[in-house]
Amino acid sequence: MRFWTLFARNRSAVFGLAILAAVIALAASASLFFPDDPFRLVGQSMSPPGANGFLLGSDTLGRDVAAGIAHGARVSLLIGLLATTVAVAFGVVLGGIAGYFGGFVDDLVMRVTEMFQTIPSFLFAILLVAILKPSISSIVIAIAVVSWPAVARLVRGEFASMRNREFVQACHVVGMGDARIMLREILPNCLSPIIVTASLMVATAILIESGLAFLGLGDPNVMSWGFQIGAGRTVLRSAWWVCTFPGIAILLTVLAINLVGEGLNDALNPRLRGRT
Amino acid sequence: MSAVVVDGPIGSAPAADVPLLHIEGLDVCLPSGADRSLAVDGASLALSANEILCVVGESGSGKSLTARAVMGLLPGPLVRVTGGAIRLVGEDLVQASAARMRAVRGAEISMVFQEPMTALNPVMRIGAQIDEVIRFHASLSRRARRERARELVADVGLPDPERILSAYPHELSGGQRQRAMIAMALAMEPKVLIADEPTTALDVTTQARILDLIKGLQASHDTGVLFITHDFGVVDDIADRVAVMQHGKVVEIGTTAKVLGAPEHPYTRALIGAVPSLVPRPRRTISSESLLVGRGLVKVYGGGRGLFGRRGSAGTRALDGVDFELHRGETLGVVGESGSGKSTLARAVVRLIEPDAGALHYRGTDLLALDRAGMRAHRAGLQMVFQDPYGSLNPRSRVGRIIADGPVTLGTPRPEAERRARAMLELVGLEARAFERFPHEFSGGQRQRIGIARALALEPEILVADEPVSALDVSVQAQVLELFARIREELGLSMIFITHDLRVAAQVCDRIAVMRLGKVVECGPTAELFERASHEYTRELLAAVPGRSWGMAGDAVASTRDQSRSARHSRPPISNSRQIHGRRS
Repeated sequence: MRFWTLFARNRSAVFGLAILAAVIALAASASLFFPDDPFRLVGQSMSPPGANGFLLGSDTLGRDVAAGIAHGARVSLLIGLLATTVAVAFGVVLGGIAGYFGGFVDDLVMRVTEMFQTIPSFLFAILLVAILKPSISSIVIAIAVVSWPAVARLVRGEFASMRNREFVQACHVVGMGDARIMLREILPNCLSPIIVTASLMVATAILIESGLAFLGLGDPNVMSWGFQIGAGRTVLRSAWWVCTFPGIAILLTVLAINLVGEGLNDALNPRLRGRT
Repeated sequence: MSAVVVDGPIGSAPAADVPLLHIEGLDVCLPSGADRSLAVDGASLALSANEILCVVGESGSGKSLTARAVMGLLPGPLVRVTGGAIRLVGEDLVQASAARMRAVRGAEISMVFQEPMTALNPVMRIGAQIDEVIRFHASLSRRARRERARELVADVGLPDPERILSAYPHELSGGQRQRAMIAMALAMEPKVLIADEPTTALDVTTQARILDLIKGLQASHDTGVLFITHDFGVVDDIADRVAVMQHGKVVEIGTTAKVLGAPEHPYTRALIGAVPSLVPRPRRTISSESLLVGRGLVKVYGGGRGLFGRRGSAGTRALDGVDFELHRGETLGVVGESGSGKSTLARAVVRLIEPDAGALHYRGTDLLALDRAGMRAHRAGLQMVFQDPYGSLNPRSRVGRIIADGPVTLGTPRPEAERRARAMLELVGLEARAFERFPHEFSGGQRQRIGIARALALEPEILVADEPVSALDVSVQAQVLELFARIREELGLSMIFITHDLRVAAQVCDRIAVMRLGKVVECGPTAELFERASHEYTRELLAAVPGRSWGMAGDAVASTRDQSRSARHSRPPISNSRQIHGRRS
């Protein structure tokens, strides 16, 4: 309740949450409104919005753009959430170990993290998907691999500063084990920044997925917003709707997640409270 | 001191009936949701030229906000002046424009802050920071400003002014930084100097020198000083008059002799009564059986190496061959200034840090030879109470779990551990309801009690307390010290009590070890140490205790104090050259 009050103080975050809820509803009800396979050719190609029974028009092969957007929402959200979960799990474990133990372990983990960070993340993701063959799982892995270093650095910083706090030392004095101290004492105190970062990472993951699909590196068996834009790119001047509507879908979703992330940051980070 | 180059005569005396600074019925509001609506509630004070007025109070009394209101530095817009007037020689600063306030700040009223490290800009040289003040308020040539800065630095007793002017803040010691702050504050010969706890972050010997400096400069410049402090010892050393604040109100104001000697308001009396006396408690009989013996403890910080073999420095010897002995039932005080290694010693004893050499004998074993698993067997016997009541409790855990986790970790079943946790809460004087609550629901003193309960839940033989009362207000401090005394008797505890405050040490410790630069320079029974310290450093520490002449608290010494005070206050003005140049920090 208290959390909601804090969150609701940020109007744009509530707005973002509303859009996000709409996107989730769209993804959940995709099979209800568009029971057909979104890849199926269902009518006249290049129909403008509203014509021939197409709400948002059809593409060059006569596929329904609206159906593609609804089904694409599933893929985008699924990949965004999965990739973020994997990246956060990996980043928290490595960052936590580095920050807690410090010294040689810290040096080692952080140099490895930096190695990953020196490679431009989108190019790295393309490379990984190309090697692993495009599929949902390979895309999730690729996005997670390029995203975890940010989490690891954040968590390492938090753990390193918590490690010397007196309440952690008090746990050492009673002989508590390292794993228990890390999981039960330190981690709950670092959750706020991790949640905020993770929420923003979902947006980035959706963007990377769209980019990969646009380049033709998406899973060929699932409809995706990026794929739709890629398919309609050549007819942008004669059939603007093919690219525009999936583009708007990406824009709104990413914007909504970012707004929610900002709102979470304001609500969870006490240092920023009362800033406005 | 050489003549001042800056325009304007020194301390142009105001008309006799207009005080230099007059705060009348000042109200400062707090944001809604705070524990009271007014931080400062109708406070009235008058400061004359050539006077030091101390404003004393505990945390949250509104003393600092009063000072900030005078400077126009309240953290608005939620905290702002809502009533009253602040008159500087008749001019109301509350109504003054922002431009006028900028002209007033630094030139007519200036301020010295508590923490010189954060109040100075870390990336600017001291000379440039002093120069900024002069440049903003006076049109002087570059050379004249440099000359003035050099003069100021010399005036505040800093050695080698040229070197200081071209130094960065981090290159100076704490005392030197505070001197530099004072030089900046005095650059424009202000009529009023506001000092907000200027010595609280400093070591006691440094504090004594800074207090001398402020007093000397004040007398020679006719400045009115508004001195904010929580320490009655400091008040006794420096103040001409005292104002006591509580909950935003000035509850008592008067001459120092009167307020300290014969306080009228019950709150003032309670505060003064809570100041620990410098006269040691009567000696207790202690067994001569050694419980814990440390031999040749060494800990070197730094000097480590990175992954690619960067070489560190030689390192700091935080412990440099420390020997100590703790007898059964005894409280051993470890006193010293910051950097003396006393906290390192406390942490080494409970094995929070690994000493590089030495031995620690307890129950016939050398603890330092044990690995982690072996150490667990002795953990319950050796417990620790930490300094910071806010940082030492996990903010996400309920109090009951915080206390019960210790016994559970060492193998007690949870129901039994929780039962013991409730008993401990009762023992330290907290309600049983505290069990279900989170730490943030408690005050500093209550949190410290929770920290003590956590340590006691393991039924230790030895309690290591690292500055357990330094972060507390004086009245709360007295209660927590009382709690320590009670549990020590009831449970037959032996304690290692780390403190920088000799007053606290006098009241708590049976024996005292004085540490300096990682070594124990002197160790002996408290009373003997206070009466005839053999080491020069111990004598220096004792002499620097603020309010030294004010040995005992309460009324017993009030009459004699009055006499000594009036004698002190009628002394001739201090010779400036000795006062200013004769001190080094």
